[in-house]
Amino acid sequence: MTRRAAIVGGNRTPFVRAGRRYAHVSAQDLLVAALDGLVARYGLAGERLGEVVAGAVLKHSRDLNLTREAVLSTALDPATPTYDVQQACATGLETAVLVANKIALGQIEAGIAGGTDSASDAPIAVDDGLRRVLLELSRARTAGQRLAAVAKLRPGQLRPLPPRNAEARTGLSMGEHAARTALASGVTRQAQDELALASHRNLAAAYERGFFDDLLTPYLGVRRDDLLRPDTTLEKLAALKPVFGRDLDGEATMTAGNSTPLTDGAAAVLLASDEWAAQRRLPVLAHLLDAETAAVDHVHGEGLLTAPVEAAPRLLARHGLSLGDLDLVEVHEAFASTVLATLSAWEDRGLGAVPREKLNVAGSSLATGHPFAATGARLLATTAKLLHERGGGRALISVCAAGGQGIVALVEA
Amino acid sequence: MAGASGGDPYGAFVRTGPGKFLAARTGLPRPPRLRRYEEGQDLLTGPALVTGLTGATHVDAVRDALRSAGAEFDDAGTGSPGALVVDASGLRTVDQLAGLLATAADFKRTRGRVLVLSAVPSDVADPEGRAVQQGLEGFVRSLAKEARGGTTVNLLRVAEGATSALRSAVEFFCSARSAYVDGQPIVVGPGEPHPVRDHRVAVVTGAAQGIGAATAEVLARSGHHVVCVDIAASGQKLATVANRVGGSTLHLDVTADSAPRTLAEHLADRFDGADVVVHNAGITRDRSFVNLDEAAWGSVLAVNLGAPIRLTTALLDHPGALAPGARFVCLSSMNGIAGAKGQTNYATSKAGLVGLVQALAGPLSERGFAVNAVAPGFIETPMTAAMPPVPRELGRRTSSLQQGGLPVDVAETIAWLARPDAAGVDGQVLRVCGQNLLGA
Repeated sequence: MTRRAAIVGGNRTPFVRAGRRYAHVSAQDLLVAALDGLVARYGLAGERLGEVVAGAVLKHSRDLNLTREAVLSTALDPATPTYDVQQACATGLETAVLVANKIALGQIEAGIAGGTDSASDAPIAVDDGLRRVLLELSRARTAGQRLAAVAKLRPGQLRPLPPRNAEARTGLSMGEHAARTALASGVTRQAQDELALASHRNLAAAYERGFFDDLLTPYLGVRRDDLLRPDTTLEKLAALKPVFGRDLDGEATMTAGNSTPLTDGAAAVLLASDEWAAQRRLPVLAHLLDAETAAVDHVHGEGLLTAPVEAAPRLLARHGLSLGDLDLVEVHEAFASTVLATLSAWEDRGLGAVPREKLNVAGSSLATGHPFAATGARLLATTAKLLHERGGGRALISVCAAGGQGIVALVEA
Repeated sequence: MAGASGGDPYGAFVRTGPGKFLAARTGLPRPPRLRRYEEGQDLLTGPALVTGLTGATHVDAVRDALRSAGAEFDDAGTGSPGALVVDASGLRTVDQLAGLLATAADFKRTRGRVLVLSAVPSDVADPEGRAVQQGLEGFVRSLAKEARGGTTVNLLRVAEGATSALRSAVEFFCSARSAYVDGQPIVVGPGEPHPVRDHRVAVVTGAAQGIGAATAEVLARSGHHVVCVDIAASGQKLATVANRVGGSTLHLDVTADSAPRTLAEHLADRFDGADVVVHNAGITRDRSFVNLDEAAWGSVLAVNLGAPIRLTTALLDHPGALAPGARFVCLSSMNGIAGAKGQTNYATSKAGLVGLVQALAGPLSERGFAVNAVAPGFIETPMTAAMPPVPRELGRRTSSLQQGGLPVDVAETIAWLARPDAAGVDGQVLRVCGQNLLGA
């Protein structure tokens, strides 16, 4: 017998373009801020929760126990267990599914899921040759051994290797992969720019009506996502030069305006059993009903970010639903072209069309930014609150991820 | 919390050896180190001495209150009393006032607290009796200026039928919690405490820093879950405060149209209503009157006065937003009473709160609620730290205690007014100013 996991609420830091206001804080600092804001909002200081699950995509070797270390810096009872998850951009939603499943099985009563990423504080690896020398040096016991180790050093090895936004198996950046999908799907520049514009307008309107007052806690003096351009226009977006797909056999349509830039931030969401929430008189915004993950073979030609195309039909079929039965659809805007390609692929599969007034109604990653592991938790809390505001309904959340993976989830209020 | 000398370098210096020497030789002020509340501390620094003058009726009640708070008594009359309580409420003739003189030797020996009990002058019909009782205010205010070493002198005006509030006030004014309340009169009236709820809830607006944060801390210490309210922009600080005191946050711009309803629903849905509501959120936009624009005038009035009125109205109207016996405390200001150059907007708003408290006191007491104001004087906060040095130094030294107060001093007074047994204190404005000269 299972029960449904309730989404009580969420909290996140404002998201900030890499290298700016959060340039000097770590992914762990950001996670602590998101968690502490959530703990404060729901009065959880000193409480022992079932577990806290989070992760980061850009992870330092020192972040072995990232979530545990973060929780120890929060006001939560240190007896709250944790673990880390890493599923590229799907991380923040996958952690929520994991926590919700334990709640559904009665293994825990409440937990926090989330994610954090700092592209500003990305780990930098060193040349493999240098690494071997350093390891040998640490094993050396005599001056002779140390000298021998250092003697193996070559100047070229002193070059650091910053992380690349590229797929391990194809060497192509995510944007280049997306550009190939866009071309294959016939997604136009105009449609992408319109989607980007809608993202900024919807996000600005949501801020305007105070929608984020209980979803976000300002951090380091930042009060709003700094990527938000409330005054952007189609003309401004149309003037941007393409940055991806320029060497492809077709029009390059992807610009800095319709692609998400590298972002710093963290997000967390509080999940619980209905009973636990009722005991504390906490609100229940919605329930996390079900989720499905999928993977595609991007190495051999499938679209890198198209796994949700596979996942959504499986999930909806399980519940006898089509896209038309949903009140809201949240498709993570890794790139505007990804959203458009996904929607058209769903339509081709007979799931039906998604009317624009149901799509990403409070803005999404193009305007908000996209700290990889944080996005899923941001989406889940936002979606739950949107459904709650409507007085009920169903929503689908779709997040594509590197490595040809993706996750979709069904939320109901 | 910062020590008494945290933001007061002069105060710290005169407590050093060379500082003491220099100050003594030159006649410079020597601010005493104030005794403040600490966990497990005794009520008094020495035994209590309770004296009843002609017609005194409260001596037994005062002794009971002190005894149950853990005090011992100086019946032999030899040591150095930690508190001297003089019941002068029965004095009705000018000749009887001479009885006060007999307490001079006791006053001289007392280190800590002096409390004088009077009748409420307006309750005394006989002109001479009323004059005599009113005279006690001048007596207390002057005596407070003569007291040394951090000893404070205050006046309790005891109304007919006051029992719980009298005991509560005696305990507060004799304790270290009232360290920075000096030379002040306050009326204690009838009004009995409601049964205490298992989970008491307090709301503090502007809780992210300063007096608001200290108030959240003291209310949490006395067993409240504190709903810490502040604008979203202060969210990071607010979360830190809420987590430190085991409370919760509510991001709210108190001037927003939706704020009253949001707060009322939050309190009703999440907590079965608030036991304590502290209207602390306040801003300054200092400018001479002739240079004030609409924005600087309007925002100060909207935050400091408009918001408390709207929030209070909404909480009173919304079913379940307030617990039985709920208390309101408004943060007025010494400058609201005395006026301050460049603060016509601020002083208007803070004086307005005095009017609000006086207007609401009667109607609210019929529903079992009470409403009071505290008026802080010079308190060491980021706001006063930003003042130019000379006015800041003057602000500190022009009080009888020769130093600025701390946010916790204001918080302790708010927490006392929030205590169930202080139910009989209603419609009062209590200054927490170390008996500052301004407007006193």
